[in-house]
Amino acid sequence: MTATICATAAEAVAGIEDGAVVLVSGFGMAGMPVELIEALIDQGATDLTVVSNNAGNGDTGLAALLATGRVRKVVCSFPRQHDSWVFDGLYRAGRIELELVPQGNLAERLRAAGAGIGAFFTPTGAGTPLAEGKETRELGGRTHVLELPIRGDVALVAAHRADRMGNLVYRKTARNFGPVMAAAAGTTIVQVRELVDTGDLDPEAVVTPGIYVDRVVVA
Amino acid sequence: MSLGAGLSKAEMAALVARDIAPGSYVNLGIGQPTLVADHLAPGSGVVLHTENGMLNMGPAATGDQIDPDLTNAGKLPVTELPGASYFHQADSFAMMRGGHLDVCVLGAFQVSATGDLANWHTGAPDAIPAVGGAMDLATGAKSVFVMMTLFAKDGSPKLVPRCTYPLTGVGCVDRLYTDVATFEITPGGVVVRETFGTSYDELVGRLDVPLLRR
Repeated sequence: MTATICATAAEAVAGIEDGAVVLVSGFGMAGMPVELIEALIDQGATDLTVVSNNAGNGDTGLAALLATGRVRKVVCSFPRQHDSWVFDGLYRAGRIELELVPQGNLAERLRAAGAGIGAFFTPTGAGTPLAEGKETRELGGRTHVLELPIRGDVALVAAHRADRMGNLVYRKTARNFGPVMAAAAGTTIVQVRELVDTGDLDPEAVVTPGIYVDRVVVA
Repeated sequence: MSLGAGLSKAEMAALVARDIAPGSYVNLGIGQPTLVADHLAPGSGVVLHTENGMLNMGPAATGDQIDPDLTNAGKLPVTELPGASYFHQADSFAMMRGGHLDVCVLGAFQVSATGDLANWHTGAPDAIPAVGGAMDLATGAKSVFVMMTLFAKDGSPKLVPRCTYPLTGVGCVDRLYTDVATFEITPGGVVVRETFGTSYDELVGRLDVPLLRR
């Protein structure tokens, strides 16, 4: 179905269920869908699994969601940062579960989910603690590790601009996880800075085609 | 026994920069490796890759140049050079994992005599692990250069027979740049390339790793 344009962030995040796997775009604060996360906090879903590159910065966005105690598990590549005190406190208190994933595996596992790939072998992580317990195979003389897709129930994505079809363009390095997450979730919810009329985005410049996008809100 | 004064971080970075071929695609890790950018010769044509999704990254942004949408892997504001391109995370890591990146420069806690790398986790019980792109870089780049001091603060060597910290990658390090010597990790063993404020014989006495002369 083509994308729905929502009037408010609250409308955009309606229906996210307890226990959902939520993909959250962004690399640090660049590309983080702060307004959608704030709306999710107000919406109240709990027992969430959050998949994101980091585990929150400062006290806003993802960090604010973690601070509510409604996130059971974080799947990410780089939780520990100078300003990740919210996650650090929860983790040290044993109040949040962490699945640490090499960043390229995180991206490729999301991509695989969006592309219908059931699993893939990669040399990344072979022989390290992050491959323990995983199936391995020798391919081309190198040890490869079997990695499974990461599919979200919901993706919360920040993009720069959308048209009414849900086609998206991003801006500079804020693109990061947006395109792979948009394709990897059952329901993809996007906040943009600007909504333009259909036909006003150069088709050659569209990064995420609207087929991956379910809801759009200007925030 | 202490070694003589070795190289500064800037001097180590200059050594790494000297060994990067003109026109290379290069990823510089967070922290000390970032300094290498300051020593690349103007006109060298080296293209910097930042794993959050950009090629031909420019220097740090200042003043009006600062743009929250344009950051490096350390989440610091940077600039773009003419010919820059942006791409998403799966493409960014395909560049590493697919063997398209010529060189990556990483920091390390330990490097083993066979080129194993440990740089993401101390294994301490209260430490919060974080890996980021280190495993993908170590495994995927054509050449992996490591910059570190040769000895820890307690004097223990960081070039070791076997890493005691959790591994980032197995047999992946090609060259090691330290404050007192540079090494090449070859199938035949660890070759001492250059020494600074020390000698080959002194290193043989301090390290528990067989060393070859160049």
